[in-house]
Amino acid sequence: MALGGQLTFTKQWQWLRRFFFGDPARRFAWASLVLLVVLASARTTDYFNQWRYYQREYGKLIRGRPNAAALKSRMENDLRQIWIPERGVVDRCETCHVALTEASLADVTRQPFRPHPPIPHSLTEFGCVICHHGQGAATTVEEAHFSTKAWEQPILPARYLESSCGQCHMDVLEGTPHLNLGRQLLSRYGCVHCHSVTQPDGSLMTPADEPPSLLHIAEKTTREWIFAWVKDPQAYSATATMPNFRFNDQQAADIASFLIAQSTASENSRADLGGNRPAAPSRTDAQASASLYGTLFCASCHATQNPAGNLVGGDLAPELSKAGSKVNPEWLIRWLKNPQGYDPKTRMPRYRFDDKQIALLSRFLLSKKDSDLLANAHPSPADQESVARGKRLVADYGCAACHQINGVNPPQNFAPDLSRIGSKPLFQVGFLQGMPETLPDYISGKIHDPRAFGPALKMPKFTLAEPQIEALTTALLAQTDRAVTMPPELVRFTPHPKYHPGGEAGRLMEELRCLSCHSINGSGGDMAPDLTWEGSAVQRPWLDDFMRNPNTLRPALIRRMPKFNLSPAEIKTVSDYIVSAYQAPGFDSRALDIHTLNADAAARGKELFYSKYACQSCHIADYKKDKGYVGPPLTGAGNRRPAIWLYNWLKKPQAVVPGTLMPNANLSNDEARDLTAFLMTLKARENGSAK
Amino acid sequence: MRLQLALLSSALLLPGCSRSSAPKPPAPTAYGIQIAEVSGGKQVAAVGSALPQPVVMQVNGADGNPVAGALVSFRGEGVDFNPAQALSDASGQATAAVRLGSAPGDYQIVAETPKSGGGSAAVTLRETALGYEQKLGSEVNDKYCNRCHDNESTPERVSNFDNLSPAPHLYTDGATYNRISDADLLNIIARGGPALGKSPQMPAYGSTLKPAEIKALISYIRAMADPPYQTPGVKYGK
Repeated sequence: MALGGQLTFTKQWQWLRRFFFGDPARRFAWASLVLLVVLASARTTDYFNQWRYYQREYGKLIRGRPNAAALKSRMENDLRQIWIPERGVVDRCETCHVALTEASLADVTRQPFRPHPPIPHSLTEFGCVICHHGQGAATTVEEAHFSTKAWEQPILPARYLESSCGQCHMDVLEGTPHLNLGRQLLSRYGCVHCHSVTQPDGSLMTPADEPPSLLHIAEKTTREWIFAWVKDPQAYSATATMPNFRFNDQQAADIASFLIAQSTASENSRADLGGNRPAAPSRTDAQASASLYGTLFCASCHATQNPAGNLVGGDLAPELSKAGSKVNPEWLIRWLKNPQGYDPKTRMPRYRFDDKQIALLSRFLLSKKDSDLLANAHPSPADQESVARGKRLVADYGCAACHQINGVNPPQNFAPDLSRIGSKPLFQVGFLQGMPETLPDYISGKIHDPRAFGPALKMPKFTLAEPQIEALTTALLAQTDRAVTMPPELVRFTPHPKYHPGGEAGRLMEELRCLSCHSINGSGGDMAPDLTWEGSAVQRPWLDDFMRNPNTLRPALIRRMPKFNLSPAEIKTVSDYIVSAYQAPGFDSRALDIHTLNADAAARGKELFYSKYACQSCHIADYKKDKGYVGPPLTGAGNRRPAIWLYNWLKKPQAVVPGTLMPNANLSNDEARDLTAFLMTLKARENGSAK
Repeated sequence: MRLQLALLSSALLLPGCSRSSAPKPPAPTAYGIQIAEVSGGKQVAAVGSALPQPVVMQVNGADGNPVAGALVSFRGEGVDFNPAQALSDASGQATAAVRLGSAPGDYQIVAETPKSGGGSAAVTLRETALGYEQKLGSEVNDKYCNRCHDNESTPERVSNFDNLSPAPHLYTDGATYNRISDADLLNIIARGGPALGKSPQMPAYGSTLKPAEIKALISYIRAMADPPYQTPGVKYGK
């Protein structure tokens, strides 16, 4: 039977061979047929490929629209690409995303047909992948957007898209809040003390935080407090920037021993305590000192916990809720007298407090105690070995990258260079189990919990909220290979040379740390108004009054200018300097004839103020009837502002203060003059400032 | 023989299939009859990013008291939930972090809980994803408009909403803005209230904002409108 089967099969096979290949004509006929089928199938697969499908679908989508003919005429049914050889761009995305530049399709939400939202760049200038990543040359959905065997960089998730702007732009852009926040955090959280981050112009990012110097720490606090702080900085202050390194008791005790041992005497330690001796706060003092803390506006920079447990105050300087458990009373008195004698780099101004104020303030701060904080702080004894172990730990963990410490040099190249982290090849990345294998996920995972990637890793976990981690990831993803090799003409940044006021006034302004809050000529803080043109913006008598007794124009604000107790001579020095050095260009007093500011003009101005421009909806000219709390009250404008400044300001607010909220009402010269005349009549005495 | 082979191979393949399917929902230990929003509705985030606050739902029983251990499932087209299914905690609440999809516009989020007698109770929340242009608009709105068009005050940004008469419309006031065309909105923003016979308290921003910024602002106002804004005219294929 098996043999029979074999025979039948052989017979059939021979028959088939004769049928197909029996003679040359048959062979040729069949070969041609196969060729035809192959050719036809190639054509068919081409017809049914993805991009042709999307182009046909687009044809259906635009059918029936009023501008269908125009849309169709702009549509090429073929592979389309943007080719920019000098930027290495070969992007075929347009092949499927056919309507990227068709603004009339703004209502379409179906992909790939959505038009691109308006952005400051044109598609033909940069292509797609410079911003969106992905594989530009690919013509299938899978290969263009996702990780494949040949291409490991998938499309960039929308939430990190702003990182692409950061490849060329260094400045703070209005359209990239995420990137701006991320970069601010990189520098504010001191990431760049340990990591290097090269910016688009080739310079290294500099840290914006100023971790305290530890050169004289033994004067300031105790070994117990250092022990507790090093173990858990957030237990002392929830907003502390210093991360928790998860040191054990022994390590924390060793570090504390070493820091105390390395401490030397500061310049302040030789300062006389004067009439101030640390004393226990009495009940009557408590109220006076709390109110002094308030009226001095310490809360502009320092936060404290209110009875409800909420933090009230600024974040420019350390939180003081538990300062009494930390500082040595004598150190505090010397510090309040002259902070710069302890730490020459501190942002804290040197106030001219009198002895009574110092006594009250120090009692107030010393009363801010937390008895639990040091309850369990019992570090093991500080012997020679402990100090030696502490020094090793301080060197190992790179403490000197942030803090100044005697006998320990700041480490060089302590942590990986992050300048090209945004292009890190995925094969070099060790992902965690269960983590999506993409670069953004890796970077955010690393920030989220660095030591999850290996218990021996030194980078500590920072106290960051989820949106902060997302912003940091965005800023780091901007550090691509492309960013480093970008042609220099594409790099956008404004240089900011460091500004220091000069002379005797400069020394005084340095001591008062004006630039901690105010900005002048592009240097300084952003908490208080920019003073670059302050000399043109205020009248001299008002300025002198303000320096004597700064009372804010906006009473609703928590952050206000503190009172420095300056002497008349000091006020004269600073005012002279401000008035002569900080003059705005283009404030030509001839533009406005001062004699035209008469009563008639003021009356017309008042009418404009209240009727045509309804200025009272944002400003207060008269406390009895106006309720505008958006802009500053103008009740004393005639005392504060020079007429020519008001005139220029009214005509073009943004030219005088870039970015101001005040709308440019496009006033005519006459209207601006009349309004100026009216404002100059507002000479109410501001609380306490006018003599 | 063939049948046996087929059976054998399918028996081998089946466990493989089940492994790749979605994680099993936790088994509920209790059932409620009603589900309500505690917080997390009507939030705004940029496309593809997480909502600032998680969505918190509460399951209540027939007596109106919260039910612990009831299954709450979240769903929404293009929306990621973490977790997508959760059991309500001791206070009857279930929480999920939400990440919106990559298309701008409104997202409907449905939170559902099975009822004891079969069937289920559900509630729908609206969340809004802002595209690039709308996000720019939101920045313009926060900087210039919200001092008067938002009634919430903070110590850093005092609202003047309550001090003005006639009172401004809230920036989310869809009932008002939806009736005004884009062209009229542009006019009123660029030329001030009097351009449309409204109060001069609304200043002209035409010389302060760039045309693109006003356009972005209008696109943001449209996205935030409550009730939602419908594009006028014929709806074409989506």
